[in-house]
Amino acid sequence: MQSIVEFKNIFKSYPGVIANDDVSFNIEEQSIHAILGENGAGKSTLVKILYGHVKPDSGQILINSDLAIINSPSTAKNLGINMVFQHFSLFESLTVAENLILGMNENISLTKLKDKSKTICDKYGFNLNLNSPISSLSVGQRQSVEIVRSLLNNPKILIMDEPTSVLTPDEISKLFKIIKNLVKDGLTVIFISHKLEEIINLSDYVTIMRNGKVVSTISTQNENPETLGYKMLGYKVSKVKHESNINFSQEIFNIKNLSTQSKDPFTINLNKIDLSLKKGQIFGIAGVAGNGQKELMEILLNENDYEFSGDIFFKGFNINNFSTFQRKSLSISYVTEERLGHSAVPEMSLSENIFLSMNHKSEFKKGDFINFEKINSYASDVIKNFNVDTPSYHVKAGKLSGGNLQKFIIGREIMSNPQLLILSQPTWGIDAGSEAFIKKTIVELSQKGVSIIIISHDLDELLEVCHQISVLYEGSLSNPLNVEDINITKLGKYMGGLFD
Amino acid sequence: MVFLIRLQLREDYSNLIFYLSPLVAVALTLFFGSFIFFILDLSPIESFKIFFISPISNTYGISELFVKATPLAIIALGLSYCFKNNIYNIGAEGQLTMGAIFGGGIGLLFNDSTSVFLLPLMIFFGAIGGAFWATIPAILKTKFNTNEILTSLMLTYVALFILDYFVVGPWKDPAGYGLPKSMPFPDAGRLPVLIDGLRVHIGVYFALIICLITYIIYSKTLFGFKLKVTGFSSKASQYAGFKYKNLIFYTFIISGACAGLAGLFEVSGPIGLLYRDISPNYGFTAIIVAFLGRLNPFGIILSSLLIALTYLGAEDAQLFLKIPSAVGFVFQGLVLFFLLGTDFLNKYKVFIK
Repeated sequence: MQSIVEFKNIFKSYPGVIANDDVSFNIEEQSIHAILGENGAGKSTLVKILYGHVKPDSGQILINSDLAIINSPSTAKNLGINMVFQHFSLFESLTVAENLILGMNENISLTKLKDKSKTICDKYGFNLNLNSPISSLSVGQRQSVEIVRSLLNNPKILIMDEPTSVLTPDEISKLFKIIKNLVKDGLTVIFISHKLEEIINLSDYVTIMRNGKVVSTISTQNENPETLGYKMLGYKVSKVKHESNINFSQEIFNIKNLSTQSKDPFTINLNKIDLSLKKGQIFGIAGVAGNGQKELMEILLNENDYEFSGDIFFKGFNINNFSTFQRKSLSISYVTEERLGHSAVPEMSLSENIFLSMNHKSEFKKGDFINFEKINSYASDVIKNFNVDTPSYHVKAGKLSGGNLQKFIIGREIMSNPQLLILSQPTWGIDAGSEAFIKKTIVELSQKGVSIIIISHDLDELLEVCHQISVLYEGSLSNPLNVEDINITKLGKYMGGLFD
Repeated sequence: MVFLIRLQLREDYSNLIFYLSPLVAVALTLFFGSFIFFILDLSPIESFKIFFISPISNTYGISELFVKATPLAIIALGLSYCFKNNIYNIGAEGQLTMGAIFGGGIGLLFNDSTSVFLLPLMIFFGAIGGAFWATIPAILKTKFNTNEILTSLMLTYVALFILDYFVVGPWKDPAGYGLPKSMPFPDAGRLPVLIDGLRVHIGVYFALIICLITYIIYSKTLFGFKLKVTGFSSKASQYAGFKYKNLIFYTFIISGACAGLAGLFEVSGPIGLLYRDISPNYGFTAIIVAFLGRLNPFGIILSSLLIALTYLGAEDAQLFLKIPSAVGFVFQGLVLFFLLGTDFLNKYKVFIK
């Protein structure tokens, strides 16, 4: 068989990060080719380059052995390349047919288009009523509309970005059947995923990416989730800096039998999560993104009265119904995944951002009035003690680099003397210097007796700082593993959901 | 070929321009206003004199300017609480009407009273009436997640019909020759004027006091901080532990109370009784005032004076230039249009290809 797409030495960097580093591999015609990797491995950037959405810094793409210069999605479409994005772009109030005709480059009458779409739907088993408004459709059906819209352009290559992340298991198996039939009829499908099992079930080949580089391109025939997981994670060296065999005794925080039963298709339901955290312990929650991390964090923070069953105890008290404010008053501190617009307001000054998280503390208030003097001095202490590079606390938070802002936020929380610190993706998207500083700070904090939970996709980071790690997979949390006796095979297995 | 406009968010939009853009908007309004006069075959300079200068060239005119600016400022100050919180209360006109009904109702109920407590009681009930009417969209929004823009606007018309019912029904003045108006309020229920013979009343002081209190709340208190954070990011506000639903109630109640107060001041001040058309759209115009003043309490005072001038100018223009007084609304619309336009261009870069 012949290669339909050849990536040759693709290189793309963003400030502070190399998204694609010398990426080269081929995609065979009429195959299902998966691209596998952790978050931030460079999968999305690569397909966006192929779709003309992102310009590479250097490198070439050959389509059918001819050099292709793809400047825009419309050039890509002319070359027969179409893409179904993870987030749909459909007009809710318009009907299926109206949405379809909006995606057409050529002029075509609505009746003709309906005929054409009907043929496609019947042939591949899309269950769509062309006259229903999008707002009445399920997520799976909406995705079908997106796929049919792409197919109307008679593509040669179809890129699908995490197509299963929003689907139910039933819808997934339907989708897989459709994809296989499409390939039989001559299409080539490029499929992005980080779900190991899926890749093995569906795809013929898989390219594994890590930190922007291609690790290998292999046939999936002789692979299983375990071996793939191992390749995805790579050989991770644990650089534990703790004295091992510390005896943690005093339990400070625990979760018992935590489950959720949301009907929202965009959320993952948590399933009987148990967790026990001792004083001075750092506990890591690993797992590929989208396995319930967001939901777990939501419950730990309790910003929206998220419904769940089970119990959460802090120092022996049941805090199920405690609001964010009350939890903070109990000296539980949080650093959320999103910095701008969640744990900090970019438009406000650094001192104001101190008060954002510390407004429960009476020392910063005189009645209803804000004590700006105290806040400013707290802010300058944070800036000094946590090496935040900024001229003053009057600077707006949005002006700081990611690393500086994260140091500021973590510093803000640590200076308030928490007993439990919950961090989500603490070093995501920041420079190496800040990353090292934050890791060091976390370890030192635990030595002072503070308990810490880190939710992260970055295994290296967890292996480096945590005492224990559990893996979150489709809403279930694995038994905790002591970092000293973790081996990468076992971890790979856990990441694929293979734990008891 | 398709005409494509692409917008790009400016990374770093200017704060200075944010505060200057009302001036730019006013300048553009004047420019396009003169163009309108020009195509109406009127001398732009002469027309401007009649529209913007002559109305305030004597003490009576200045007094009238304050009479118009007072309700605008009070309502807009109240609305700024909602708008800062990203809550779009469009129903100040209805809340004003309810304030007039509640407060005015007290005045009619005790229509033979000479007590010094009558006026304070009316003022109190005016505020209560407005706050009550504003609570309805707040409840609907927090319980049923309805859109407050729609509900508050629709409730405006309900309030106007309620007023209508009262002035043609139970509260109709028996000695009023069947006209749809109430009896006049007793003297004890009339708002004192500041200068004898002029209409400017003590509502001006209320506006200034509300302005100062609002300034202090916005710059120094936890409540003001909550509004600011929520206006920027609702997620950050949740992270800080602020209860958004409570903020919706507080801001609606404050803005409703202010609108109710303004309504009561209108009926117990310049008007002196209840009838159908108690407000020349003050509740709606105050939205423009609030935004033109950049939701800043002092800015609102300035913009209320400017917009009040368009009311006076329109009256004079009708009288001396023989053009419809609706031209005042045209000017108000132009100001808002240009303000939104300059804000937009300050926030986004536009590319045309």
